[in-house]
Amino acid sequence: MKLLRATLLRLLTMSVTLIGVAVVVFFVIRVVPGNPIAMMLPPGATEDDVARLTALYGLDKSIVEQFVIWLGGVLQGDFGTSISLRQPVMPLVLGRLPATLELAIFALVIAVIVGGALALTGVRHRETRTETAVDVANGVGLSIPDFLWALILIVLFGVLMPIFHISGRISPSLDLPFVTQFYVFESVARLRFDLWWDLLKHMFMPALALAIPLAAIISQLLKQSLKETMHLDYVTLSRTKGYSENHVILSEALPNAMLPTLTLIGVQFTFLIGGTVIIERLFSYEGLGNMAIDAVINRDLPLIQGIVIVFALLFTIINLLVDMMYAVLNPRLRHA
Amino acid sequence: MTAFLTVTNLSAALHGYEQRVLRSVSFSIDTGEVLGLVGESGAGKSMIGKAILGILPSAIEIIEGEILLDGQDLEKMKPADRRRLIGATAALIPQDPLTALNPSRRIEPQITNRLVDILGWTKADARVRALELLNEVHIDNPERVMASYPHELSGGMRQRVLIASAFAANPKLVIADEPTTALDVTVQKQILRLIRELQARHATAMVFVTHDLGVVSKICQRLSVLYGGKIVENSSVAEFFDGPKHAYSRALLAATPKYTDPEASLLPVDEAVIEAAAAEVLAADREWRHGG
Ligand SMILES: Nc1ncnc2c1ncn2[C@@H]1O[C@H](COP(=O)(O)OP(=O)(O)OP(=O)(O)O)[C@@H](O)[C@H]1O
Ligand SMILES: [Mg+2]
Repeated sequence: MKLLRATLLRLLTMSVTLIGVAVVVFFVIRVVPGNPIAMMLPPGATEDDVARLTALYGLDKSIVEQFVIWLGGVLQGDFGTSISLRQPVMPLVLGRLPATLELAIFALVIAVIVGGALALTGVRHRETRTETAVDVANGVGLSIPDFLWALILIVLFGVLMPIFHISGRISPSLDLPFVTQFYVFESVARLRFDLWWDLLKHMFMPALALAIPLAAIISQLLKQSLKETMHLDYVTLSRTKGYSENHVILSEALPNAMLPTLTLIGVQFTFLIGGTVIIERLFSYEGLGNMAIDAVINRDLPLIQGIVIVFALLFTIINLLVDMMYAVLNPRLRHA
Repeated sequence: MTAFLTVTNLSAALHGYEQRVLRSVSFSIDTGEVLGLVGESGAGKSMIGKAILGILPSAIEIIEGEILLDGQDLEKMKPADRRRLIGATAALIPQDPLTALNPSRRIEPQITNRLVDILGWTKADARVRALELLNEVHIDNPERVMASYPHELSGGMRQRVLIASAFAANPKLVIADEPTTALDVTVQKQILRLIRELQARHATAMVFVTHDLGVVSKICQRLSVLYGGKIVENSSVAEFFDGPKHAYSRALLAATPKYTDPEASLLPVDEAVIEAAAAEVLAADREWRHGG
């Protein structure tokens, strides 16, 4: 009963958030100067042409009227038609979303592995030069933003030592058997490891650029909480039971010390997804972020709206997942 | 018969400092014997226990001395072997039951993990043993307690669990570091009785750290009085309560409340006695430096 109420409340706040986002975006992009119709017509189009197209996309009506029409469509699953691409918005957006999700998840996996390993190494060798080295690495990772990492990586591994691809999602010459847009997952499911490898070689650098700052944040916070936890009585007690330092860190300290880091990862992951916009652009990666930039350049109002709503939905879902995970991992909440 | 635990000339200091926190400490305990370790706060009582169990804070190192546990010289052992020996033969009853249990794990694995992971018992055997021990510490529904998380239990219950956990592997040595200080008075008595009961039944050698001479008189056979990291008196309990040898011990005894005359017992420890004890510690330091 309590759980049901909590769930309903949660769904309600999520819907309110999404509606709020929809309203703000809808009005803001209409206040910003720039005419989408003028952008799509060739130079020398007549006033008449502009007026006809403006009417076709409903842009001659008042903003409030436009909003009511748009919202009515959205409630029936129709997000309108992209002005620049002349296709329904939702299929376009959903077609690009998997590419961005795969990139973001890959970046998250790298960040968690690298950040976690750094933190554990720093704690295992605390108060030695190794810990200092970890601190320095964290500092460097944190002080350079993701798009600068992207440029550094492009120069290092795209130009000087061309190991990885610096452009696109997959080599254009390859025949693609995919039926979904989740290329990485589908290539594994089809056991096409040649395609999988090609995808990873494309994804690696953008993912790494996104991952480095997050890895540094994870490493820093996790190391801090681990070090505090290592002084607690139950950790000391487990040492007297005959356990090795590694075991003490991994199975006594880590499960408790990782809770704050987990919350942080949730928040930071949404930032990371925000970061994909610019990173996808830099690496010409065909994801949602790249599409968002085109949509803004073209003043493609329906497309911008669709993309923003999908991003917002994604963020609320991530927050929900983090809260659920936290509740599962923290017994004091589970029984409360 | 040789003692089960012999500590000889043990000194410890902060890394890179002359100043010692343990000053040539020597004592020994036989199987089945309880040694009380008394002294004011900061005297180094906990430090002695930590040195034996190998859990000294990283800033503090042992600079000389020998710890013989069951005939083995701990300081000469490889760290991994030493850890396993401690895990198999010794156990700690900690001071604060509220912080000594891992908040994210159920009670059962916290009692059985040493048996399973270090001593190689099967999970089923370890579970039977844990239930048996929870019975021994008078917990009414052991099954439920084993499935609980620490935050679901009261302080007294948690200390019972920790005592059960300490005695689970039939340790030959138990170090109880002020095991009742964090509990309220009525629970204190029960827990003390429990520790004495288990110690006697299992004939465990025990170091019992406390501020309370009244407790010492009830459960210890011998006691060592610590001042400034130095043992100023080693006596049997009978000798001690007949008349302590050292002036500091006498002052300590005089400062302990008596049921018969609570007013008279609140004497503060005489300044002169403290100064004399401090001077003695300094003299011992000078002698130690010249000798070493
Ligand atoms: N981590 C540490 N680093 C440096 N010095 C420490 C550390 N822990 C304790 N000490 C010092 O070692 C001395 C002995 O401390 P210890 O904890 O053994 O005292 P104690 O006799 O157990 O006191 P209490 O009755 O308050 O528990 C104290 O003077 C203390 O300042
Ligand atoms: Mg202490």
